[in-house]
Amino acid sequence: MDLSYTPEEEAFRADVRDFLSEKLPKALSDKVRDGRALTKDEHEEWHAILNARGWLAGNWPEEHGGTGWNAVQRHIFEEECALAHAPRIVPFGLTMLGPVLQKFGNDAQKAYWLPRILNGDDWWCQGYSEPGAGSDLASVKTRAVRDGDHYIVNGQKTWTTLGQHANMIFCLVRTDPDAKAQEGISFLLVDMESPGVEVRPIVLLDGSAEVNEVWFTDVRVPAENLVGEENKGWTYAKYLLTHERTNIAGVGFSTAALAAVKRIARAEMAGGRPLIENALFAARLARVEIDLMAMATTNLRVISQAAKGQAPGVESSMLKVKGTIIRQEINDLARRAAGPYALPFASEAVDGGNDPIGPAYARPVAAQYFNNRKLSIYGGSNEVQRQIIAKTALGALK
Amino acid sequence: MNFELTEERQMLQDMLRRYLRENYGAEARNKIIESQAGFSAEIWAGLAELGVLGALFTEDQGGFGGAGFDIAIVFEELGRAGVVEPVAETCVLGGQILAAAGRADLVEQVIAGGLHLALAHGEPSSRYDLAQVATTAAAKGDGATLNGRKAVVSNAEAAGHLIVSAREADGLSLFLVPRDAGGVSLQGYPQIGGGRAAEITLDDVDVPKDARLGAPGGALALLEPAVAAGTVAICAETLGAMETALRLTTDYLGTRKQFGRPIGTFQALQHRLADMLIELEQARSIVILAAGHLEAEPALRDRHVSAAKHLIGRVGRMIAEESIQMHGGIAMTQEYELAHIAKRIVMADHRLGDTDHHLERFIALGA
Repeated sequence: MDLSYTPEEEAFRADVRDFLSEKLPKALSDKVRDGRALTKDEHEEWHAILNARGWLAGNWPEEHGGTGWNAVQRHIFEEECALAHAPRIVPFGLTMLGPVLQKFGNDAQKAYWLPRILNGDDWWCQGYSEPGAGSDLASVKTRAVRDGDHYIVNGQKTWTTLGQHANMIFCLVRTDPDAKAQEGISFLLVDMESPGVEVRPIVLLDGSAEVNEVWFTDVRVPAENLVGEENKGWTYAKYLLTHERTNIAGVGFSTAALAAVKRIARAEMAGGRPLIENALFAARLARVEIDLMAMATTNLRVISQAAKGQAPGVESSMLKVKGTIIRQEINDLARRAAGPYALPFASEAVDGGNDPIGPAYARPVAAQYFNNRKLSIYGGSNEVQRQIIAKTALGALK
Repeated sequence: MNFELTEERQMLQDMLRRYLRENYGAEARNKIIESQAGFSAEIWAGLAELGVLGALFTEDQGGFGGAGFDIAIVFEELGRAGVVEPVAETCVLGGQILAAAGRADLVEQVIAGGLHLALAHGEPSSRYDLAQVATTAAAKGDGATLNGRKAVVSNAEAAGHLIVSAREADGLSLFLVPRDAGGVSLQGYPQIGGGRAAEITLDDVDVPKDARLGAPGGALALLEPAVAAGTVAICAETLGAMETALRLTTDYLGTRKQFGRPIGTFQALQHRLADMLIELEQARSIVILAAGHLEAEPALRDRHVSAAKHLIGRVGRMIAEESIQMHGGIAMTQEYELAHIAKRIVMADHRLGDTDHHLERFIALGA
């Protein structure tokens, strides 16, 4: 048992910190800290800065232009980025599609698409969820029918995050409607500029425009855009989901968010004293801080196993549930800490307004609270995760 | 970063687990709990012989362990088996104080299994506050005369010596008092989580000069590290007991049939089991954190210790209550093995500070 990082890991952390203090533009970190939405250009700017340093693809092997980092290094990088309020790396090309292409794509696909992801030539989005397929992903209905050297795609995807910026979408499509649910699915890369693709924004309850519906009407997709084998897409989809679940605990985000709550609670006054000295508020804050301390250690336990080559199993589900509960609890504390000035509608105050109302720290808190209700819904809802945990413990019961 | 046990600790853990599996089953345990002494001299000798007691002391102190992680793995195993023998009282609380005060001869007896100790510190109105002591020590010649009352002193009846805190002119001091010294009277009773305790009255108890442990007014300097180690011990013990509660509950969900199928097929219970398993990992992590900070500087140490005791109290209650509920009626019986485990878990919250006490302390140490 040794809870400390090695000298090499500490040196790596120092490198990351130096890099962030030197290269992370203040305009970006200010926006992230204040909970304001980033533009497409700003996302691309940060990607380009990371790519210039060779640090954009933290989970890719070096042969494909990645960092080759192990799980501990990735964790350190993600933690430092979160604490420095760096923009989140847009995950669709880098975290999700990249590993699938590296494992299942053919040589031509790897040679063409992977460098374009690193260079920002394409903005990818994820075509998984459908109106009838949420956590039950295998029930996708979007159809792809082979027609010579093309597929003809018809159907609808939804909850497509940042699809409004994307020129490419990777999709789960049904190629064999007669097979069992998991067996007739294929993994297809679709050009969003093809005729018949339509993107419609979904405005979320916090006023944000981050997700979309994507409609496909007789969209012709070259057959060379099929990844791997036809009807084997479920295997690739599951592989992608294991990568989606890296950093699932969100320790860095929660740590930064907890620090933000403390800043608010020091500035807000309650009964003539800083709110942070209020016994009830302090107790709620301390409770979640202790939960976070424990979860950060659980996360490190899983990471240290992963760095030794052991794939996390049910621990990912545990971290997903506990990590999202903690983040949501911190969001709730931030909202309450802000008091009455949480009430002005955030989308105006945060992204537009020349003359914002109330203290700056109060503006995003209600919107973030509502936006982050998604955490326990997406990526396999917390109920689905609990099902996985219980099934693993109980085995098959009859 | 490394979360694996060293080879020595792994061996200690395996050996202790095997010993307790063979000698401390539910039936044997229930007999021990109901016995007059409240614990088994045979088991105590066994633990000493295996080196379990020595593993709780550093080499300098005459043992061969004594680090936070040694304490944690020993107590996790004791907790897993629901052991009621007063290891925390004698070896951690009492033993650490005597070791720090330089009483190597007595520590040697403790490690050999020949001496029991009891920390007679708490009082009827002190609750969990270490600094609240009304018992007095009046100077008398070279020595002192002690007067006062001590409350819920665990292991007092078996102890050869009591470690008594009392207020004197220089402040709060500790004194080593033979349990059978004149003026010491005990009113003993069993505790609901197992083991015995006593209310102690000190009525003009004369002690010689060398009874004082540490410097005059130096009680807290001795108490605080020992209580920190004792708190880690109780947290680890409770973690072990929670593992047993979850094992019993998981087994029961898989075998108990209602409405023609195992109750573990019901989603209402599955999701609650999942939450228990998640919280168990939280508990395991916080014990690792606290054990890993036991040798840190005091404020950092105590912040982690309080975080652990708070979380263990909260999670322990959840796991004990949910285990009983998911078992149903059978868990309400004294005889079924979950009963003792659940009581041990819940009542641990009353030893060395409960979940609220430690939350408050965590907040105070964070400012």
